[in-house]
This record gives sequence, structure tokens and C-alpha cells, in this order.
Amino acid sequence: MQRKKINVWPYLLISPALIIIFTVVFVPAVNAILMSFQNYDLRRPKSIGFIGLDNYLAVLHDPLFWQSLWKTVQWVVLGVGFQFVFGFGLALLLNKKFFGRGIARSVSLIPWVTPGVLIGLMWRWIYDGNYGVLNDILLKFGIISEKIPFLAQQATAFPAVIVTIIWQGIPFFALMILAGLQGIPGELYDAADVDGANGFQKLFRITIPSLKNIIFITTMLRIIWVANSVDIIFNLTEGGPAYSTQTLSVFVFNKGNSLNLGYASTMSIMLTLVLLLVAILYLKNIFKNQEE
Amino acid sequence: MKKEKFKLSRILVLYIPLAVYFIFLLFPFYWTFVTSIKPEKELYSSLVTYWPNNTTLASYKKLFLNFNFLKPMTNSLLVAAVTTIVSLTVSLLAAYAFSRYRFKGRKLFMTLFLTNNMFPTVLLLIPLYAIMRNLGILYTPMALVLSYTTFTIPFSIWLLNGYLNALPRSLEEAAMIDGASRTQAFLKIIFPILLPCIVATGAYVFMTAWNEYTFAVMFTNEASRTIPVTLKNLIGQLGVEWGMLTAGGIITIIPVCIMFFFAQKRLTEGLTAGAVKG
Repeated sequence: MQRKKINVWPYLLISPALIIIFTVVFVPAVNAILMSFQNYDLRRPKSIGFIGLDNYLAVLHDPLFWQSLWKTVQWVVLGVGFQFVFGFGLALLLNKKFFGRGIARSVSLIPWVTPGVLIGLMWRWIYDGNYGVLNDILLKFGIISEKIPFLAQQATAFPAVIVTIIWQGIPFFALMILAGLQGIPGELYDAADVDGANGFQKLFRITIPSLKNIIFITTMLRIIWVANSVDIIFNLTEGGPAYSTQTLSVFVFNKGNSLNLGYASTMSIMLTLVLLLVAILYLKNIFKNQEE
Repeated sequence: MKKEKFKLSRILVLYIPLAVYFIFLLFPFYWTFVTSIKPEKELYSSLVTYWPNNTTLASYKKLFLNFNFLKPMTNSLLVAAVTTIVSLTVSLLAAYAFSRYRFKGRKLFMTLFLTNNMFPTVLLLIPLYAIMRNLGILYTPMALVLSYTTFTIPFSIWLLNGYLNALPRSLEEAAMIDGASRTQAFLKIIFPILLPCIVATGAYVFMTAWNEYTFAVMFTNEASRTIPVTLKNLIGQLGVEWGMLTAGGIITIIPVCIMFFFAQKRLTEGLTAGAVKG
């Protein structure tokens, strides 16, 4: 056996990927950390220099930071929560036998592969206050009596962006849960039928427990993606009106455009720290599966 | 053959909910398409029509003739194609190492790759801008290719690793006993079997690169702009011209849909394989 000597092949094979990732992920990540301790404002290049924790203190005293953090929490909890519920529902339906099921499964996934910018534009046009089709539909059904500028007023802008992210996320949840459903052995349900279980009992005693792992992984992935997403909100509202749809990611994106890079980096690191907890849980689970 | 029975309950619990889902999921696309073929007068009238009284391709013509939409399309195609080739090549090598060798630091390196998905785009955005400028590739397609590898490489490694793990080692071992080298065994045996999975992974990489906006808006200029940035800019330039915007949207999504339908089966298998097992 050649166990004793070190085989260099695996190291050679992973090195190209490693070099690229090192350059475009780890170096920038370290840079972001360094920048967060500096007064790094491209509008005042002469005063760039280390200022210790000042940026962090400034962020913690910034009411907009707290507001955006709270928006992020709402955005993630409501967005991912409803994606899960409706995605689960769709998966249950697509798991039944009906004519055209194969096509239906493929077609239902289209929102997931649609570019975020396009999603923003499509829904912005639907929500339009003057010519938008949503206003027309609601007027025709008599639900509203005059047109609503959905994205232009604070009360409706946030619900509107939430509906859009739910729309985008339903297919991915449905896809993953459907795969899980197909893996549940039919005998479990047969046995339950023999015992006289009803539909709800089967759902909560068999279906959901069997899908625990897949639901967990999908939810973690979606939380990270949804929390990080910029393009949908940015193309719907750019964070407005009056910051009512500004999540932390959108806030950092706007700040980066304003050239105050030190401050923007500090905020992005705060966002990373918040997501780290989610990430650790996710990784633990992945490795648990890998070892099996 | 079973006789199809139309029971009321089946309509209530299956067909009606399905119809509601598909109207919700697909209506935005229908509406985008309808908007793109409406004449301007109908588009901005107080009476909303759900199918245009007159259809026209004027918006599409305008998009290509007045705005040279072909330019961002070629830019997007170039960036997406190069990203796909680069990501697939390096990821396939790494995934093979992770799947077929047990080496010191394997778990550590895998963690390194997996954690990449966790970094918020906005965290890397600013420092990457500085790095691209220092490398002298800012505003070139290469800047986008490199920044897209931040998420395409980890994801491809994860997918390909899953596909490879599903192929028994005995496949290559048999060939190696017969005197083939590991490289020959890989090229002659593993690669052909794996090809559909590689294509599916490539399709996914292509789609993400084609769709990406956040990096693209920072790392491109007039000449290298990709489709998503161009679409967004169309709004700023001339107020909002919904006819042209929706026409651009339809053109953007057609290649994505075609690729997706071809890759969908393998991609779904790859995405769900790791998660379903537990």
C-alpha cells in the first residue's frame, strides 16, 4: 500500500479552484475587515487611515442601521416563511397524479430561474399606480375603489416587495420538498390507512417528520439567499419610499454607491455576523450528511 | 386501463388549487409578453386590455435599432460562456479530488469552498472593486467572470461532487487494474458517464452569470454592460418605456428557459441528492 507517502495529486487538482477562490473571496473578505477599521471615504482620500472601532460605534448609533436590520428580519421571516408554506402546498399538489404533470413541474420552476432585475421590472409594472394591471383587477372585482400607487407609499411598498420575493421563492421550496416527498416509502401511508389515520394525521405524523432534513437545508439556503438579495428590492423600490423597503443588503449597496467604503464595509460585516449563525447550522448539517 | 373519474373532490383539492398556483406563478410572464406587443397608445390608456386590440413588434424593433440591444446581449453571452468554461474546468478537477481521494485537510478545504456561499455579495463588492482596479481589469468582461466565480465555483464543486459520489469507484478501478492510468480512466470512463451532469451544472452556471446584476452594475461601463444592467438603465434614461423594457425582458428570459428545460432533470437530481439522503 502507498498510504505512507503523501499523494500530491489531490492538492494539485484542487489548487486552481483554491487559487481563484483565495483571490476573489478570501482576500476581499480580509480587505473588507481591514476597511471596516478605517476612515475610508473616496470623497476624502486624504483622510484615509485607521480609526479603530469608530465605524462600528457609528453603525451601532445609526438609527437607519437598526431600522434596516429590523427590515431584514421581517423580510427574511415573512419572505422565507410564506415561501415555505406555499412551496409545500405546491409540492403536495405536484406529487399527485394528473395529466400534464411533467410539464407542470418544469414550468412551475420558471420564476426561480428568472433574473432578479427582470423580476423587479415585471412586478414594478404590475404594481404601477397609473397603468398597473393589479389596480385594474382589484378595481374590477370591487376590492378597491381608487387606484393605489403600491410602491410609492410606505404602507403598501413593503408588503408588495414581500409578495414578489415569495413569488420568486415558491418554486425552489416546491422543487426540494417534492424530491423529498418522492423519497417517502408508500408503505408508511398504507400502514397509516390500515390504522385509520386521516389526511391531517398523515401530514403531521409521516410527511413532515420525513422531510425534516430537507426542509431544514432548504430553509437555511433560502434565508441566506433572501437576506443577501439586492436586485429585486433595488429594481422595485431602490429601498424607498422613506427607507421602508431598505434591508441591510440594499443599505450597504446604496452606501457603497455613495463612496463611503469604510462605513459600508462595517455594515456588510455586521450582516455577515448575523448570517454566520445560520451558516454554521447549515454547514454542520451538510457535514453530518457527508459523513453518512 | 383505469377509467378516469371526475370527482368533485378531485376538482376542489387538486385542479382549482393548481390553477390558482399557476395563474399566480405565470401571470407576470404573460403580462410582460402582452405588454411587449402592445402599441404605445394602448399601453398608456385608461382602459387596460388583457389581450392587445392591435399587436405590434414596434418595441422589439426600437430596442434593437435605437438602443442596440445586441451589444449587451453579446456582452452577456461572452461573460456567461467564459464563466461557465472557467468554473466547470476548475470545479471538475476539485470535485474529482474531493470525491476520489482521502487526503489531509480534505474536510478543511471542503469547508472553505462551502462557506463561500455564505458571504454576502455586498461584503465582497467593495474590496473586489479595488482588486479589479489594481489588476487593471475593471470594466472588462474578465472582472465579471472572476467575480462570478465567487459563487459559481463553490456551487459547481458541490453539485459535481454529489454526482461523482454517486458513481461507484469500481468503475475506474477496473480500468486501472487493466493497466489504464488514472487520467485515462477518468477521460475514457468517468467523463462520458458524467457528461450530462456536467452539462446540467454548466447550464446552471450560465444562467446565474446571465442573470447577475449586483456585481455587473459596479464592474461594467458603457462598452461592457450586460443585459440586466442595460434593462435597469433603460428606466433611468427615458423615464419608463414599458414596451421596450418588457420586450428586453422577454428576450432575456428565452435563452434561460431553453437551457433550463434541457438541464432541468439532472439539475434537480443534483440539487436534491445531498439534501434528500439524510
